Amino acid sequence: MVVPDQPLLPGEEAPGAEFERKADEIVGQYPASRRSAALPLLHLWQKEFGFLSQRAVEWISERLGLQPIHILELITFYPMLRIRPGGRINFKVCRTLSCALAGSHELFAQIRDRCGATASAGHGIYLSPDGTYSVEFVECLALCGSAPAMMVDEEEFERATIGTVDRILAESLGSGASHGEGKG
Amino acid sequence: MAESGALTDRLREHRLILRYADEPGYSQDIDCYLRHGGYEQLRKALSMDPAAIVAEVKASGLRGRGGAGFPTGTKWGFIDHTKNRKPVYLLCNADESEPGTFKDRQIIYKDPHQLLEGMIIASYANRAHLAYIYIRGEMVRGAQILERALAEARAKNFLGTNILGSGYDLDIFVFRGAGAYICGEETGLIESLEGKRAYPRIKPPYFPAALGLYLCPTIVNNVETLCNVKHIVEMGGAAFAKIGTPNNTGTRIWCVSGDVRRPGYYEYDCGAITLGELLYDVCGGIRDGNRLKAVIPGGSSAKVLRAGEIYRVQRKKPDGSAEEIEMRLEDLPLDFDTIAASGSMSGSGGVIVMDHTRDMVECLSNLSAFYAHESCGQCTPCREGALWMHKILRRMVGGGARPEDPQLLLDVSGQIAGRTICAFGEACSWPVESFVAKFREEFEAKATAAQESESLSRAC
Ligand SMILES: Cc1cc2nc3c(=O)[nH]c(=O)nc-3n(C[C@H](O)[C@H](O)[C@H](O)COP(=O)(O)O)c2cc1C
Ligand code: SF4
Ligand code: FES
Repeated sequence: MVVPDQPLLPGEEAPGAEFERKADEIVGQYPASRRSAALPLLHLWQKEFGFLSQRAVEWISERLGLQPIHILELITFYPMLRIRPGGRINFKVCRTLSCALAGSHELFAQIRDRCGATASAGHGIYLSPDGTYSVEFVECLALCGSAPAMMVDEEEFERATIGTVDRILAESLGSGASHGEGKG
Repeated sequence: MAESGALTDRLREHRLILRYADEPGYSQDIDCYLRHGGYEQLRKALSMDPAAIVAEVKASGLRGRGGAGFPTGTKWGFIDHTKNRKPVYLLCNADESEPGTFKDRQIIYKDPHQLLEGMIIASYANRAHLAYIYIRGEMVRGAQILERALAEARAKNFLGTNILGSGYDLDIFVFRGAGAYICGEETGLIESLEGKRAYPRIKPPYFPAALGLYLCPTIVNNVETLCNVKHIVEMGGAAFAKIGTPNNTGTRIWCVSGDVRRPGYYEYDCGAITLGELLYDVCGGIRDGNRLKAVIPGGSSAKVLRAGEIYRVQRKKPDGSAEEIEMRLEDLPLDFDTIAASGSMSGSGGVIVMDHTRDMVECLSNLSAFYAHESCGQCTPCREGALWMHKILRRMVGGGARPEDPQLLLDVSGQIAGRTICAFGEACSWPVESFVAKFREEFEAKATAAQESESLSRAC
């Protein structure tokens, strides 16, 4: 079983009307082949629910008239697609050469310490025990000229330092749950 | 004084593609673009015959900015519109994931309409009615910026049906990747866009221009390449061909990262400045007063150049005949052909600099981790070889180097290139081949150090 059994999240059984509308709009962008909408729908689902469940595989494959394996094989291929929830706040630190030269590996270790993200969640992702933070390495983010580069959820950070991280953590505490909204 | 004035002039950027990108007050919205003459070239192009635009692009000598430097006009010429009855697609390669490269991002984030105008003109020239921008998944903001720009362009009828009354219909959509480098390879990109794993296709027969998206004729071009199309329409192919040097026309955006004082992106006419000028004058030299050790001139897949190397390169004399001259690394003009003649490539324009404090085995190990992670896995030599090379290098860095390792690395890398479906095979073996060949003493020293520490621990 590739996708772990998980209880359904609220709304997963039947995603709402707005979700349906967005899905239709996406499918409409690929008039020659519905299958092209597979990756975009996976993005849509992951954005809405935070990760991809067995239900996601069923829903998307049905929607596109595909076999579930056609969706599963994408999930196991593309690194950004995840089958388990990440942290409510997710740090992606660039691992590749220019950032490594600028200290990104040291930064990665510091972030893990700050967040207490010590538990390995597989595939190089580290989680804090309460699930608030996840920290992972990613490959070159095309920000090499302002290394080290980092992403926090969807936001890009250049010349990142542990000071940047502290600011982000303080803000996220200050604003309660607002950070990482939409991640389930 | 006069001379230093001339030098400063030489070093002044010639920003064609990034002309407005960093101007204070310049923004992504269409009104700003229109105030700066935006979409005028689209109007001009729509009044031309599509074949005439292809002819101008051929005359311009424009070469692709995505990595391979293939002539754009020639690529466009592969589609025979007198015979073709299938729909044609145009795909913009905005995957930008070659380590060291960050130029397309500047265009997308700061001047998205320039890309759209170039794309619409290119689509018209190639008679495509549907085009996609394949943007790497991590650029979430970039995708949003493009979505907004597309909506603005649609609202003004620069896209949609009967564009500006010309009778030409086109729509463009954004497609987001999901973190896999191989989607930058054009046939991997096409597979991904078809909703599959990004497994590159074998060429022949799957040249995109013949059997591309949905097995229809497809043009895949890089972001920077497509922006150039707008400027070719504006100034005409012949005038564009005067920028830069013969066979190396137009400007290029060089992305410098690593151990220089002022890393960043800098746009120059092809061949206008040398690698030495870029590193020492434009980027302020090596950081912390250190010395240069190595440069990767065209993205991580390009072969590394070692400080102090002398290259024998062919140069065209004014009378057209060729002569062979010797050149120092610092004197290599930044273009396509001379960098290729130095045994490397200008690739994606990503210049990665390493200073004398860097451990070349560690640097290579870092790159090899990238390739081991990113191989799509279709071809055994690449899937296994990339991983083996990384395992050997990781062991070497970890203190377990053996005397046979440098040769082992060369043996493994030598069995990948040329034996795979796509050029990733070369991309993952060239760094290994060149690092080991050029810095062999450092790889051997690792083995010596490991042996010494082992005999020491045995003696204790
Ligand atoms: C492994 C690999 C990765 C590539 N990555 C990119 C990329 O991120 N962006 C890009 O424009 N071209 C990339 N290319 C080159 C494309 O295959 C293709 O040549 C290019 O998009 C063509 O556009 P151009 O002619 O305008 O350069 C890559 C090629 C290979 C072999
Ligand atoms: S060379 Fe590597 S990346 Fe390219 S198709 Fe083969 S396995 Fe995939
Ligand atoms: S190496 Fe980190 S962004 Fe490119």
